[in-house]
Amino acid sequence: MANHDSNLNYINEFKGIKSWLFSLDHKRIGILYMISVMFFFLLGGIAALGIRLELFSVGPTLMTADTYNQFMTYHGAIMVFMVIVPGIPAILGNFFLPLHIGAKDVAFPRLNLLSWYMLMLGAAMAIATLFIHRLDTGWTFYTPYSIKTSGSTALMVVAVFIMGMSSVLTGLNFIATVHKLRCEGMTMYRIPLFVWALYSTAILQVLATPVLAITLLLLAMERILGVGIFDPALGGDPVLFQHFFWFYSHPAVYIMILPAMGVVSELITTFSRKTIFGYTAIAYSSLGIAAVSFFVWGHHMYVSGQSETAGIVFSFLTMLVGVPTAIKMFNWVSTLYRGSISFQSPMLFALGFLFLFMIGGVTGIMLATLAIDVHFHDTYFVVAHFHYVMVGGTLMALMGGFYYWIPKMFGKMYNEGLARLTFVLIFIGFNVTFFPQFILGAMGMPRRYFDYIPAYESLNRISTVGSWLIGAGFLISLYVIIDCLVRGKKAPENPWGSKTLEWTVASPPPHHNFHHDPVVSAGPYEYR
Amino acid sequence: MSTVNSHEHHYAHHFKNADHEFVTSKQGIWLFMVTEILMFGGLFVAFFIYHAMYPEMFAEGAKQLDWRMGFTNTLVLIFSSFTMALGIHYIQKGDARKATWNLSATILCGAIFMVIKYFEYTHKFHLGFFPGKYLDVARVGAEHANLGLYFGFYYCMTGLHGIHVLTGMSLIVWVLFRHLRGDFNPHYYTPVEGVGIFWHIVDLVWIFLFPLLYLVG
Repeated sequence: MANHDSNLNYINEFKGIKSWLFSLDHKRIGILYMISVMFFFLLGGIAALGIRLELFSVGPTLMTADTYNQFMTYHGAIMVFMVIVPGIPAILGNFFLPLHIGAKDVAFPRLNLLSWYMLMLGAAMAIATLFIHRLDTGWTFYTPYSIKTSGSTALMVVAVFIMGMSSVLTGLNFIATVHKLRCEGMTMYRIPLFVWALYSTAILQVLATPVLAITLLLLAMERILGVGIFDPALGGDPVLFQHFFWFYSHPAVYIMILPAMGVVSELITTFSRKTIFGYTAIAYSSLGIAAVSFFVWGHHMYVSGQSETAGIVFSFLTMLVGVPTAIKMFNWVSTLYRGSISFQSPMLFALGFLFLFMIGGVTGIMLATLAIDVHFHDTYFVVAHFHYVMVGGTLMALMGGFYYWIPKMFGKMYNEGLARLTFVLIFIGFNVTFFPQFILGAMGMPRRYFDYIPAYESLNRISTVGSWLIGAGFLISLYVIIDCLVRGKKAPENPWGSKTLEWTVASPPPHHNFHHDPVVSAGPYEYR
Repeated sequence: MSTVNSHEHHYAHHFKNADHEFVTSKQGIWLFMVTEILMFGGLFVAFFIYHAMYPEMFAEGAKQLDWRMGFTNTLVLIFSSFTMALGIHYIQKGDARKATWNLSATILCGAIFMVIKYFEYTHKFHLGFFPGKYLDVARVGAEHANLGLYFGFYYCMTGLHGIHVLTGMSLIVWVLFRHLRGDFNPHYYTPVEGVGIFWHIVDLVWIFLFPLLYLVG
């Protein structure tokens, strides 16, 4: 039934902008996500560079304090809701989940397209607030300030609500796909670890996001109807907002990191030319992280006035997250042990992930410790910690994943030398930007402030210079991708010698993925 | 459902057969219901917390609601769940005429529910029981200064539920339209089944809302 003409693939089989905007093909929807998320990343990145530039010197450098607060808010909101949450699942997950499990598409292709449109609608509304009343609440929208500020809180939180719906629908789609669309012989213990990671992420998306949805709706109602649920002046409790918000937003941290861990599992086994060590342990530790993540939200609120008992319990539970995370870490390192490692650009990013994520994770344990957190709370130490996880973890994995799968997605090879250069720039730039922030935090520099005392200036300058290196790294990455699309040499079916199913089809894959329904008789990493 | 015949319905290309499509769709719908329950769950949790903080104020608020109206609405919705279930049953049996009647009755019940809700709302507005900061304590003669919080919950919970009733009604209108066009038969009725599940969940939420808002006090 599928067209067997070997020159036809998902890119050239249909033509015209409409064939993209109304496409139900998971691969094309993945590309739509890729283009839009790259655009949002540019916006969020500009905001980040603006923040760092302002903090280059003591006193007002570039903008007013109000403008600074807006930059900070949009940097956070865009990067979290429009880049990192949809990032890996919606781009790489959409494209590769069905290919990984031998399916022709995701379970609900129309819902998949709807998810993209919902993200676009939400993003358009969020960006619209820039032109109405800019928000200055930070991405967390804490009450009671968010009730009182002149920014368009209601529009913004409804925008995030809609983007949340998009995330829920993607998760729901992936769960059903993993359960129901695996090809013959593809048991749950033969799916690639990236699929396990996406599956665990999808569970979190479906179970956690609705709580954010109701929280944001109530906040919108607070603005529109003044219902008083989060407003202390009317008998409401602003701390309840924090509880609700973090009940979603802590699991959301794992929505952001689990897919990255999945990508890294793929990269490490491929470029070590060795079967992954501890497949089951890695698979179940994803589910383990997902499960524990629902019981740790209180660690964002140690100094919010919650009871000491709650603080102690949350502190203990938070440290539990370290167990499944360390299981993954040790399994990756064991996979490397005596592997035939090649340092191509995807692998460089994967190794960068291991290094940076370890720092992010260990400082996370420090922050989980109640007594230490009271000192570090709301300082740059926290900022450095979560950037090590979100950027050093998720974005490094996203970049590694891009470089790994670009040959499959577009059927072309990119400039390996330049790709390695982007790794060097991003990796060094990242450490130069964020490592000083650990020290600044330990010295007591509070986060989110527009200005600081002169004692913090030199470290802030180093940090700002680092941000330029990161910016340059990502700009060159953009060039690498464009250069690859324009001039890239034709990619073979399987340039890395990987063993998972997507590498058995042509690059780029045909519209229906597989000309014949695949039948699987072995695990995903049969190297040696 | 395992008797679904693959020759009767043109299933999407990525499924093995019509039955495969049916069970997958149903799983998707149930997952969506999980998100609905969790979303309302957040609202219920907030309600319980404030109920524990201000029990007398909540009792005062509950007294202002007319339990007879709420009770009538409960009966209406339970009956509508029954007709919805019958509607699916008759489509499975191939009795198109009875299915039409039952689906129509379900829509009618939804409409009755919304009309009663409308009268309740306008009556409350008339008496000045607005949500949160718009409730004038002196005007309504409230004993508790933050009675607006109770009505904040009342309008948020019943309002969100009301939106779901309207959504459910629109969905039933849609499946009724497709049913009249002859899209469904004993071998293919996935959308009706899905909409039915949604409608039952919406009813179930009301079954919890009614005692909490009207009776517990």
